[in-house]
Amino acid sequence: MSELGLEDRERFEQLVLPHVDAAFNLARWLLRGRTDAEDVAQEALLRACRFFGGFHGGDARAWLLQIVRNICYTWLEKNRPLELSMEFDEELHLQTCSTPETLAIAGDDRKRLTLALEMLPPRFREVLVLRELEACSYKEIAAITSIPIGTVMSSLSRARRQLYSVLANPSQGARP
Amino acid sequence: MRCDFADSLLQGYFDGELSGRRAAEFERHLRHCVYCVTELVDLDLLRDSLELAQLYEPATASLRRKIKINVSLHAIAPTTAASRPCLWHWLAAAAALLFVVSVLGRVGQMFNRDDYQAELAGEIVDAHLRSLQSGPMTGIASNAEGDIKGWLDGRAGFAVPVRDFTNEGFALKGGRVDVIEGRAVAVLVYQRNGRPINVFIWRTREQDSPRRTGSRQSFQWVDWRKGKMEFCAVSDADPMDLEQLHQLMNSSA
Repeated sequence: MSELGLEDRERFEQLVLPHVDAAFNLARWLLRGRTDAEDVAQEALLRACRFFGGFHGGDARAWLLQIVRNICYTWLEKNRPLELSMEFDEELHLQTCSTPETLAIAGDDRKRLTLALEMLPPRFREVLVLRELEACSYKEIAAITSIPIGTVMSSLSRARRQLYSVLANPSQGARP
Repeated sequence: MRCDFADSLLQGYFDGELSGRRAAEFERHLRHCVYCVTELVDLDLLRDSLELAQLYEPATASLRRKIKINVSLHAIAPTTAASRPCLWHWLAAAAALLFVVSVLGRVGQMFNRDDYQAELAGEIVDAHLRSLQSGPMTGIASNAEGDIKGWLDGRAGFAVPVRDFTNEGFALKGGRVDVIEGRAVAVLVYQRNGRPINVFIWRTREQDSPRRTGSRQSFQWVDWRKGKMEFCAVSDADPMDLEQLHQLMNSSA
């Protein structure tokens, strides 16, 4: 484990620390919870600190989010393996986090959208979060998620269609 | 009917990721494709509602603080001469401030110096409180001077004077590294009549100075400088005990 020298520390504070919000936000949506996301964000920043020597300039946000994503997936593999194996055909597969009823009766939009977004499998949820909340370009999304740009496009397409249909027709999604 | 373009070009067009030539090509397609037009409108509605719902969740202030502390703890400088001026940058800044103040007058200098001292003592008392409230007080729990010194020196970036005064009634319990004003400092933990005493130690460029004392939130502190190091002992123990520890450390350092 290498520790940061002072010049590196200043660079780290300038380049990486401004993206703590982005780190937390991505973790929060991937793990569907704030407490776990706080742990992951802390771990990610520590790892980023440790491996900062390997960061040779470029997009610090994408670099950090890549680390966050890796930790999130390791966490999911360990704690919610089913969620990762869930495939997403064109049919809706609802996750255990909420029932269609809660979605239908959730009055305010923020809650409704939160529940809908959390129903999507992580791989679709993450592209939406990166694109719509974090305003990442396709290139950045490809770098963060390690998937080809073409796949970013089709994942976004399916994720959006899915989200849209959950919102438009919440009760329809109840197929196991 | 679903359109073949819906998966690829439509998303890229909507997200502004198509080249000019491909965007123009897609716009020509849009003139004839009701499906894609409807889909574009839906995408737009979806984006609007996501935006209105303000789903972005920023980190809390406390998380931010924790991360900053973790990063500082991680960023302890190696003991190279070149990096030291940076590590004690804030002390240099304080010294510069004192110089300006000294031009304004000796009385002013004393006053401001005390202010600065009080602020610093406040931070140190807070750090003392933190150590009492959460987690183990020591990063290394030991009463062996050599072990503690080996552990601390590497992390604090300077040679920390570690002495056990068990025979005099101050049992050395261990050491840790803490953060004061955003910088890592070495801490020795002693015990006196069952009460913990934290001694914070960091490098300074200032001259030696006699002890100063104060109290804050029912904790006593004693601060002194010797051999280019500043020491600040904090405890809720008897002030006489702190005084005695100060003398022991001062005469042995």
